[in-house]
Amino acid sequence: MASLRTTSRLFAASRPMFRPAALARTYATVDASTVDPNASKQPAMKTFKIYRWNPDKPSEKPQMQSYDLDLNKTGPMMLDALIRIKNELDPTLTFRRSCREGICGSCAMNIDGVNTLACLCRIPTETTQESRIYPLPHTYVVKDLVPDLTHFYKQYKSIKPYLQNDTPTPDGLENRQSPEERRKLDGLYECILCACCSTSCPSYWWNSEEYLGPAILLQSYRWLADSRDEKTAERKQALDNSMSVYRCHTILNCTRTCPKGLNPGHAIAEVKKMLASH
Amino acid sequence: MFSQKVAQQSLRRLAVQQPYAMRWSMMGAASPAAVAIGKNVQTRQATSSTNTEDPTQILAKQRLNRPVSPHLSIYKPQITWIGSSLHRITGIALSGPLYLWATAYLASPLLGWHLESASIAAAFGALPVAAKILLKTVMALPFTYHCMNGVRHLIWDTGRALSNPSIIKTGWTVVGLAVSSALALALI
Repeated sequence: MASLRTTSRLFAASRPMFRPAALARTYATVDASTVDPNASKQPAMKTFKIYRWNPDKPSEKPQMQSYDLDLNKTGPMMLDALIRIKNELDPTLTFRRSCREGICGSCAMNIDGVNTLACLCRIPTETTQESRIYPLPHTYVVKDLVPDLTHFYKQYKSIKPYLQNDTPTPDGLENRQSPEERRKLDGLYECILCACCSTSCPSYWWNSEEYLGPAILLQSYRWLADSRDEKTAERKQALDNSMSVYRCHTILNCTRTCPKGLNPGHAIAEVKKMLASH
Repeated sequence: MFSQKVAQQSLRRLAVQQPYAMRWSMMGAASPAAVAIGKNVQTRQATSSTNTEDPTQILAKQRLNRPVSPHLSIYKPQITWIGSSLHRITGIALSGPLYLWATAYLASPLLGWHLESASIAAAFGALPVAAKILLKTVMALPFTYHCMNGVRHLIWDTGRALSNPSIIKTGWTVVGLAVSSALALALI
C-alpha cells in the first residue's frame, strides 16, 4: 500500500486540528519515496488539453488549455491528473468530483472522445499522445468541466422514480418479491445517473427538451419492470408518444459508453416491447 | 487572551441561561459579543420566501449566457453512431433520387425528356466499363448497407443482440457484407 503525501500546503499547519494526517484524502500525487526505484528516472511528461470557459468573462470563447504532468508522480486515474492540475498547476480549473470510486457520478466528462467517469478512467500511459478532456457533450456549461444538469434531473423527476403502490400487504409488512422478480431489477438499479449515456446520444443532443434520453428511460424501465409497482399502465401511457421514447433510434452510444457497464439500449428495447404489446 | 476569556464567559452564560440557543451560537449565528450584550435573539428566515421566481425562468435566463459544450466534432468515431448516421444517410440517398427520378419521369412527356427504360439502358451501355462498375457500386452500396443494417435493427427491436460485443460484431459484419455484396452486384 503506497502511502500518499498531502498535496495542498495551504492548511498543512492546521490540518491536525481537523483530522489526523493519515486520514487526509490525498491521493492525486504519488510521494517520491514510494515510487519504484527500479522504474526509469526519466519523467513521463504527458499533455492534458482541457476545455476552459469562465462565466465571469462570458464574452470570451471557450478554449482548450494545455497542462503537462509527469505520469510517474501522478496517480493512475484521470481524476488524479485533474486533482493534481488543480492542486499544483492551476487552482482555477473547475470540475465536479466526490467519491473517486465510481459510485457518485459527479466526475462524468468526455475524456479522449468518450463519456466516462474520470475516477474510473485510466490515464493512457502513451505519453506522445495528448489527452483531451471536455465537459459532457451538448450540455450547457456552468464553468470549465461542469455541465448544467438541471433539465436532466427534471426529466428524472417527471417519470416518478418511486414505488407507487396503494394496496396494503396482507400482513401489513413490506411488499415482497420472488427472487425471479427481484432479478429483473439487476442491471437497472445500479444506475448512478451520471448522465454519461444521455449526453453520448446524438438523438438526445438534438431533442433533449422532449426526448427523455437513455438514462431516464433505463430508470423508467426499472419501475415498469418492478413487480411491486401498481401504476404500470399509467407509466406506459406517459411514455406512449412520439417524443419520450421513440426518439431513440437504437444508435447504442449509450450502451457503449456506460461507465458502470449497464445496458440502457437493452432497457429501451424492453420499454418499446412493453409499449407495443398493450 | 483577554478577548478569548470574554468570549468564553459569555458562551458559558448563554449555555446556562438559554441552553437551546447554544446550538445556534456554535454555528456562528450569534457572536460571543452579541451574547455578551444580550443581543442573542435568534432570527430565522422562512425558507419558502427565499426563492419566489419560477425555476424554469431562471434556467432559461442562465442558458442565454452559457456555451453549449462541443459534441459531434469531439466524440470518438465508433461503429455505433457512425453506423447509425450512415443508415440515415443511405436511406436519404436511396429515397431522394427515387422521388426525384419519379417526379422527373412524370414530367418527362411535358418537357420532352427521354427517361424510358430503353433510353436509360442505351445511355448506360455507351459508358466505359470502369464507369459502369463505379456507377453500379455507388448505386448498390447504399442499398446493401441500408438493407442489412435494417435487418440488424429488426433483430434489436426484439430485444436481442444488444450487448456491447454483439453491437460491435454485428456492426462490422454489416459493413463487410454490404461492401462485398455491393461489389458483387456491381460486377454482375
